[in-house]
Amino acid sequence: MEGKTSNEVFNREKAEATVKELRQSFRAGKTKTYEWRAAQLEGIARLIKEKESEITQALRSDLAKPEMESYLHEISLAKSACLFALKNLKKWMKPEKVPAAITTFPSSAQIVSEPLGVVLVISAWNYPFLLSIDPVIGAIVAGNAVVLKPSEIAPATSELFAKILPEYVDSSCIKVVEGGVPETTALLEQKWDKIFYTGNGKVGRIVMAAAAKNLTPVSLELGGKSPVLVDSDVNLKVAVKRIAVGKWGCNNGQACIAPDYIITTKSFAPQLVEALKVTLERFYGKNPLESADLSRIVNLNHFKHLTDMLDEENVSDKIVCGGQTDEKQLKIAPTLLLDVPHDSLIMKNEIFGPLLPIVTVDKLEDSFEIINSKSKPLAAYIFTKNKKLEQEFLSNVSAGGILVNDVALHLANLYLPFGGVGESGIGAYHGKFSFDAFSHKKAVLSRGFAGEAGARYPPYTPEKQWILKGLINGSIVALFLALFKRF
Amino acid sequence: MALITGKKCGDEEMGPLGLETEVAEARTTFDSGKTKGFEWRKSQLQALLRLLQEKEEDMLKVLKEDLGKHRVEAYRDEVGALTKSVDNALLNLKKWMAPEKVSLPLVAVPTVAEIVPEPLGVVLVISSWNFPIGLSLEPMIGAIAAGNAAVLKPSELAPATSEFLAAEVPKYLDCEAIKVIQGGPQVAEQLLDLKWDKIFFTGSAQVGRIVMTAAAKHLTPVTLELGGKCPAIFDSLKSSRDQRMAVGRVAGAKWGSCLGQACIGIDYLLVTDEYAPTLIELLKGVIKEFFSNSEHLARIVNKHHFQRLCNLLQDESVAASVVHGGSVNAEELFIEPTILLNPPLDKEIMTEEIFGPLLPIITLKKIEDSIEFLRARPKPLVIYAFTHDEKFKQRIVDDTSSGCVMFNDTLIQYLCDTIPFGGVGQSGFGQYHGKFSFDNFSNRKPVGRRNFLIEFSFRYPPWNEKKLQLLRHIYRFDYIGFVLCFLGLKR
Repeated sequence: MEGKTSNEVFNREKAEATVKELRQSFRAGKTKTYEWRAAQLEGIARLIKEKESEITQALRSDLAKPEMESYLHEISLAKSACLFALKNLKKWMKPEKVPAAITTFPSSAQIVSEPLGVVLVISAWNYPFLLSIDPVIGAIVAGNAVVLKPSEIAPATSELFAKILPEYVDSSCIKVVEGGVPETTALLEQKWDKIFYTGNGKVGRIVMAAAAKNLTPVSLELGGKSPVLVDSDVNLKVAVKRIAVGKWGCNNGQACIAPDYIITTKSFAPQLVEALKVTLERFYGKNPLESADLSRIVNLNHFKHLTDMLDEENVSDKIVCGGQTDEKQLKIAPTLLLDVPHDSLIMKNEIFGPLLPIVTVDKLEDSFEIINSKSKPLAAYIFTKNKKLEQEFLSNVSAGGILVNDVALHLANLYLPFGGVGESGIGAYHGKFSFDAFSHKKAVLSRGFAGEAGARYPPYTPEKQWILKGLINGSIVALFLALFKRF
Repeated sequence: MALITGKKCGDEEMGPLGLETEVAEARTTFDSGKTKGFEWRKSQLQALLRLLQEKEEDMLKVLKEDLGKHRVEAYRDEVGALTKSVDNALLNLKKWMAPEKVSLPLVAVPTVAEIVPEPLGVVLVISSWNFPIGLSLEPMIGAIAAGNAAVLKPSELAPATSEFLAAEVPKYLDCEAIKVIQGGPQVAEQLLDLKWDKIFFTGSAQVGRIVMTAAAKHLTPVTLELGGKCPAIFDSLKSSRDQRMAVGRVAGAKWGSCLGQACIGIDYLLVTDEYAPTLIELLKGVIKEFFSNSEHLARIVNKHHFQRLCNLLQDESVAASVVHGGSVNAEELFIEPTILLNPPLDKEIMTEEIFGPLLPIITLKKIEDSIEFLRARPKPLVIYAFTHDEKFKQRIVDDTSSGCVMFNDTLIQYLCDTIPFGGVGQSGFGQYHGKFSFDNFSNRKPVGRRNFLIEFSFRYPPWNEKKLQLLRHIYRFDYIGFVLCFLGLKR
């Protein structure tokens, strides 16, 4: 039984022993076969099906997550990741034949995907089921042994993993270790073949620095301030619904790709605010704090982080909708703010909650400066029918992903890489990108002894140099001479 | 390009403030959008090609000065290889820059999506001393093709080459976006303190750790091209012609490329007890044929490495295992091709990367034992194997791990643009060459588009059971079920 018991603490010795056991399993070749990988994925698919209500319950306990969101954003996405991997596993495992260069003629070349070995997945609290199982699926499909450390800030989900995962997968190769900072530190001291971390930039730096000691490659799925540009030429009703569901329908704004702030023109802002207000009332009623369709704030710490933002001078007076909070229930209502100061907390730090500042500009082209003054976000959104503005947005804004006229959807598409850039992260996953993230792409080049370029070897002469020059530049004549000229 | 702003590049003295100013200028230039266009990237690559052509003699000269490389070796391994890479990049640049269309599931319909490559920004390339031109400019090709501004720090251990690059690169390339900053560990440290959008490092594992730790402060992605002990497995080959050819390739890879100071050079050989004597004789013959004139061999880069290599031979049991060569010339920084037979495995010559002209031959009972031998050791940059046995080849691919596997030849994987070049485990991570270089320095940004025509009301709160049912059908791609449910004809 993994994880903490009352008299057993997961310390360095335990971490070492865990990694040692996984290394032995990996070296024995267990995780490499198609059969093993498929069996694990089938196990996970069964887990998702059979334990759906337990998962939903854990999510409600950890986050008061509405059942629809649990289904939409965690369970169904985990299920499709699993089934997509199963469907494509054989194809992904096959070596990829590539053309060989004329310089190396005659030769054959291929790229073989092999597992990295023993990998560590550290998950986050906001989508505690999905963000644990999705990278683990990637690790498995690529043939690795894996340790999952779920977030301790979502304890019900963490406990659920520790309890049920061993019932569905091979626990000699896939382990769950529960815990907080001490346990994570103990794990980070070990030598891994890859570390996959989802969370914030501060811890991301700690993870990468720890990985550096062992030259371990990392994937960091972090966050940032995802901007939404709203043009006045859009179908406002639809746009506002999409923004709203992307913001408050995603864990009440506690999502790495939720819209963080809106930029629109001074002239359009009033209409936008009105439309948002109407939509918010339709979604969550007159008393949003009592709506069952809103997640709560995960804990008191985070609640304070958000209320601090609201209470700041020159910010609290910019609230144009919402602002109600309930500390006991850890609930904050969807809140709109208009034109807060640029140096306020709410505009400097990732909000990760139900507060939505609206920044106004004279013309939308002015927004690029604002967006680019902040670090590169995980996602950036634009609502417009103006193709020119759209193109400018695409060229000028660097982000992990861009969506035009909608919000958040791209994470559900298994053909698109999901990951950050700059401070929003390193590496990508989902679909085949998950397989690639946990694989080493080994080049295999094969030659025979049919042709030999004597020109390669000393003693060197000008004639050899001439032939080599031609050969390297792909000249057929040089190739001919290289193969047949005797020195 | 350098004269467009009327600025003369490479004139200013580079003090510590100069360094930061240079990098800041690269950042400003990138932010202006100059480096993103196809025309700029093409012009820079063409300028690089001109540099390689017009300054070829100078390049061969500085490589001779820094490393004693014969001009043909220098051309083959560095100048020529770079020419090929630049040509390849120019040929494919438009294709690489083009967005890649992607297919989508029902739930997102009607949506169109593509993956758009964009530059990362301002990148730092730290190069190594053994192929000081090749390992400087090859990553730069990728950085430029991907539209970045770039700062190159050549290795100070190859000073003539470093001077050459600092003087010539600004004359050919856009010096507002592409910078060469010379210096040693102190300069490297200053550079590593700054914020980069990517760091590409070629060198030792020890420094690799320092680079990655520094990068972690800014969450900067890194590529580490490190080294390791690259083995060559030598199976018995039937024909003497094949044997002779194979031994030639081994000799070329061990001594013919920077006198063994190459990350993909052969570090040691694995062969059966039975075959070892034959192999040694063949090697001796080839050494005589290729390398009688030491003019055709490079030199050890400096006194420090020369001493390090001599020290490897100091140990009694190691010295006793020398079966050929062993003589050294401190003045010339030359060590002749040296073969050792079964030096003890716990001595430094077998635990550390040799990076020099000493070739240990380790014998095994049967050649298949080489697989276990390799599995017990850190993953190297490449595993070479000379064999005709297809089953054995498959076992090597399946049961060992390395950056690359090369059968029946050596070194030429470096020239092949269609396969990724890079390490795994202790030999590094990240890959380049060909399109892999372009991707290495790019952010592949997914872009999805929707319109306002079709809207699914069940996406939105307030939630109810019916909406949940509809979504279940959609997620299972059960269109019929979806339609029936939508029409109220199904629960």
